[in-house]
Amino acid sequence: MASDADARMDRREFGARALRAGWWTLAATGAAATWATVRFFVPRATYEPPARFVAGRPADYAVGEVSVTHLAAQQVWIVRDEQGIYALVAQCTHLGCRPNWLAEEQRFKCPCHGSNFDRSGKVIAGPAPKPLRRAAISLLRDGRIRVDRSEQADLAEALHRPGFLLTAEAIAQAGA
Amino acid sequence: MGFRQGHVWRSIFRVGLPSDRRGRLRVVLANFFLHLHPTKVPRSGIRLTYTFCLGGLSAFLFVLLTVTGVFLMFYYVPDTGRAYADMKDIGYVVPFGRVMRAAHRWAAHGMVVTVILHMTRVFLTGSYKPPREFNWVVGVTLLVLTLLLSFTGYLLPWDQLAYWAITVGTNMAAAAPVVGHEGPFGHPAGARVDSDLRYLLLGGTTVGQNALLRFYVLHCVALPLAAVVLMGVHFWRVRKDGGISRPL
Repeated sequence: MASDADARMDRREFGARALRAGWWTLAATGAAATWATVRFFVPRATYEPPARFVAGRPADYAVGEVSVTHLAAQQVWIVRDEQGIYALVAQCTHLGCRPNWLAEEQRFKCPCHGSNFDRSGKVIAGPAPKPLRRAAISLLRDGRIRVDRSEQADLAEALHRPGFLLTAEAIAQAGA
Repeated sequence: MGFRQGHVWRSIFRVGLPSDRRGRLRVVLANFFLHLHPTKVPRSGIRLTYTFCLGGLSAFLFVLLTVTGVFLMFYYVPDTGRAYADMKDIGYVVPFGRVMRAAHRWAAHGMVVTVILHMTRVFLTGSYKPPREFNWVVGVTLLVLTLLLSFTGYLLPWDQLAYWAITVGTNMAAAAPVVGHEGPFGHPAGARVDSDLRYLLLGGTTVGQNALLRFYVLHCVALPLAAVVLMGVHFWRVRKDGGISRPL
């Protein structure tokens, strides 16, 4: 008799287990539904322009120029000086508005809270805590310029780390 | 037999005009609109200089905002190509459009003011104390909803002010701890530029079509629904926690 009761589950025990399994299933379903709902609102595709893009040839940019050709689509200025070509990220380091390049004043001015930057990206005035960031820039084999907005560096890092300035020598070597 | 003894009238108004206290009580209890009100109000409770009717003004402005907001929805499409033009049309082409939009705008500013003054009054009269402490919490949530309604409505005109204000506001979300990709502990917590709170708010990494649509839906549907539910709870708790607080 006793061995029988040990081997076979009684009704009370069965009911308790079934109920427990039911609660766990309900909890798991609820968790999955919550996760699915949150995930629904994080889109896979945004149809924003790709972070890596081709920005023409070095000859397209004159020495001393701050180019706004790729500003609207890519939020990047292509700047050329005696040292070479670099890509400045057009996002104020204060709160992320887009500064304007004012050629007559030779400075970037942010309309939101008045930060000023020089052509290298250094802060001249205003609340911005850091210089403008730079995007990775390189030459493709065919001599065109590639900019990668997904790889960025602040000014101090960009000045010594390779990949953030197309040097004048590299441009001359490429014959562009 | 007069109309007021007829079947139609009596199907609408179950209770006749009251002539005694019990009758007046039944009118309030049997009417959907009146039942929000208590059946009896203490004389001191209706003294204007005690409450200044600030909660009532906030609720009134919310109703005004709902009505004028629905009106504006008849002419406004949350499409980046035409939102700004629709807003201009409401101001210059739609008959009385400028009045409707101005009413919506000023009522929104006004509601922030009355909600804050209401909380100030509740604080100064000690009306947040037990048994009303939970209703203070509900009220704080309603303050947050009021501010979020203002913030989401800010983007909809799709002008320069709207665009950059939301850029700045959502960049703050990107700098929030843990849930923002630029904030403290954001990176170790797994927040990236395409998976953090800003991305969730904007539906992208910059303020664009997805952001405009999200803010529109939040502004016109999600946040007002949440506010209505919480306002229901808020008014209910005023009644259940001992009625309107009054001078001791």
